[in-house]
Amino acid sequence: MANYYDDNKDIEFYLNNYDLSELVSLYENNYEEVKKYDFAPENYNDAMENYKLSLNILGKIAGDIIAENADSVDEEGAKFENGEVTYAKGTRINLDMLKKAGLNGVTLPREYFGLNFPTLIYVMMIEIVSRADGSLMNLFGLQDIGETINDFGSEEQKKKYCSAFAKGEATGAMILTEPDAGSDLQSVRTKAVWDEKESCFRLYGVKRFITNGNADISLVLARSEEGTTDARGLSMFVIERDETVQIRRIEDKLGIHGSPTCEIEFHGTKAELVGKRGYGLIKYVMTLMNGARIGVSAQALGIAEEAYREAYAYAEEREQFGKSIINFPMVRRMLDDMKMELDAMRALLYNTTIAVDYKKIYEKKYEATGDKSIRKLYQYYNKLAGFLTPLSKFYLTEVGNKICYDALQIHGGTGYMRDFKIQRLYRDIRITNIYEGTTQLQVVAAIGFITSGLYFKFMEEAIEKTELGLVEHINKTKDLLNELKALVELLKKEENHTKKEYYESDLVEIAAIITIAIFMLQNAKYSEEKVQIAERYIHERFPKAKYLIDRIKS
Amino acid sequence: MRIVVLAKQVPDTKNVPENAMKEDGTLNRQALPAIFNPEDLNALEMALELKDRYGAYITVISMGPPNAKEVLKDSLYRGADKTVLISDRKLAGSDTLATSVALAGAIKHVEPNFDLIICGRQAIDGDTAQVGPQVAEKLNVPQITYTLSIEEVDSKEVICDREIENGVEKVKATLPVLLTVTKEANIPRPENVKMMMKYKKADIAPESKIKIDMLSLDDIGVDAKYVGLNGSPTKVKNIESVVIAKKETKDYSPDENGIKELFNDLMENHLVG
Repeated sequence: MANYYDDNKDIEFYLNNYDLSELVSLYENNYEEVKKYDFAPENYNDAMENYKLSLNILGKIAGDIIAENADSVDEEGAKFENGEVTYAKGTRINLDMLKKAGLNGVTLPREYFGLNFPTLIYVMMIEIVSRADGSLMNLFGLQDIGETINDFGSEEQKKKYCSAFAKGEATGAMILTEPDAGSDLQSVRTKAVWDEKESCFRLYGVKRFITNGNADISLVLARSEEGTTDARGLSMFVIERDETVQIRRIEDKLGIHGSPTCEIEFHGTKAELVGKRGYGLIKYVMTLMNGARIGVSAQALGIAEEAYREAYAYAEEREQFGKSIINFPMVRRMLDDMKMELDAMRALLYNTTIAVDYKKIYEKKYEATGDKSIRKLYQYYNKLAGFLTPLSKFYLTEVGNKICYDALQIHGGTGYMRDFKIQRLYRDIRITNIYEGTTQLQVVAAIGFITSGLYFKFMEEAIEKTELGLVEHINKTKDLLNELKALVELLKKEENHTKKEYYESDLVEIAAIITIAIFMLQNAKYSEEKVQIAERYIHERFPKAKYLIDRIKS
Repeated sequence: MRIVVLAKQVPDTKNVPENAMKEDGTLNRQALPAIFNPEDLNALEMALELKDRYGAYITVISMGPPNAKEVLKDSLYRGADKTVLISDRKLAGSDTLATSVALAGAIKHVEPNFDLIICGRQAIDGDTAQVGPQVAEKLNVPQITYTLSIEEVDSKEVICDREIENGVEKVKATLPVLLTVTKEANIPRPENVKMMMKYKKADIAPESKIKIDMLSLDDIGVDAKYVGLNGSPTKVKNIESVVIAKKETKDYSPDENGIKELFNDLMENHLVG
């Protein structure tokens, strides 16, 4: 009887301490929804209780069912035979349980049979699912597809596709990557040709590395404007799987074996345009991708959390030289570092997600009312989320990998053997800093905010919300922030662009450390434990940030 | 199709805390968390699968103290249509016979036109596996015990696979029928979050907006003399806590001499020979 929500008090910390009343009220349209839907909350406390109860149900499914199936899913993997993909038996059971629990349309509106939960709760759910089985997240986490249709699709499309997703009647996929268009999506070549006879688009081309490419309903990025070669010629389409969608093969991967990665051919597949022509990559895919980046960050966090727990349990149990290895300072230090970083990861990710939530809800409210003061709020959170999202993926997936690396190290030779869970976690997490934009691409997405100075504005505001009693630490943080600011100014004078770019990842790393320290100092308002973690983080990580600054200067 | 599921709230005997046993060897119920009897969850799941396949109206009935409403709420979260709690002080001390009298009375009152009654094989607190069969007997309907799966149900009969020693037996019975279900039958579905948000406020209190019916013996028309201690031929004389200690075991070496020694001991104790 394991419960992956209940046994992790750091998730609940955010629900118990952060004041989300404004956000939840916006999501619930000032609690008007309850008049139409008998499961909608009556007030803030009711909503918070609903979130916790739902997380609790998922926690039990994750602990008792998904985690129990994870090894057999890894062993068996998704299969490809006679042109069709089948999930591993455990994956099928897991998906059935999630469907029966009603967890398929977490963020979709109730109108389309969703739960209308904030992204924050959805991200917590992804973390919990990923802790139990990293590969299942790739299927559970595809809810972003429904959300993209909800954001940009027509009323008819929403009714049809969002409802099918939320009821668990259809699986989804986002079909973007091609053999020659990976990170560089603007060179997508799959063609969307207008069919006069049936007055619809038809797709022709080859896509590669498509997670769950065998899905019932998929979003496809394709070139609708003949003769174009850049992003402006790309549009987004929604398709339903039929005989014109042929799966050529699935990949044999290092990890996440439960998730099928497909190569697909379109032979004149009937496609519906989503939104406006030419906005496929520049607007819709970027939104979809940002959602997926948050999801992958949560995936890394979940896998890393499990790795830490495995390592901790092993270190307590394993005796060498007459004592448990946890009593050796070098081992203990690795474990303490992991714990601290998990706390840091959650502080960064959950604060990022709250910014994403505000962005989403103010955007909808602005569209509905046209109110200029709301537009300002939307623009603010759009930028904040635009910065924090790549920063989160940059930090969480890299640090998550480090945690799994150290967790395997603590296991010694045993950890290298297939019999132990840690090797699966180590393999599964490896993709998280690659897909949905590599770490290096996250640097590209985040750096502009630092060089433009917007980052410093955000941080100066955030620092006002910290625990004021921790003067010494707040001052240290302010000093480091100023040092980074001076460094950025210095680099602006640098004329050699290659040299500038060379140091960009260092700048983003320093910015991440400062951001996390500030969020931790905010959390310190709520508990003594959080004070200690914030102090430790500043003590451990600021010297590294300073070293990076010195190295760039020298 | 009208289905009745019988469910019991039981102490969680799998997660026993240290203070679970009183000094006199009886159970300290307060110290044990109360849970949905595991095989009753398998019974509910079987009913819900039938609902998914054919459509059905599921009534879950539980007998117990007011707090047993929790298993009924849980049933609503998973997809039950109606829940009834049979609660009466006069029921205290009921053995399996008295319990089956009360449950049969409740079924006659609440859902007289049932097609199927599904219950768990046994509860983890008593382990008797008697209540299901006795309810069938009281209602004068056929029973299929140790059901693993239902192949088919129509308006007249049901075909089931039931577990037997070293195999599976396919049996057919006319409706109405009572089935008892083992944990091998299925994996119970989780609570549904929407149902939970809707029914979390369900309660037995009269002022509750969403009501769980609570009925007394008078409500269901069962005479108190057939239930509780009066109606229970099973009398508990005393309860002993038997601890099997290691000193009562003896190791024999796995060779000719060891076997000889074992036989000698068994002969000496008159266990063989």
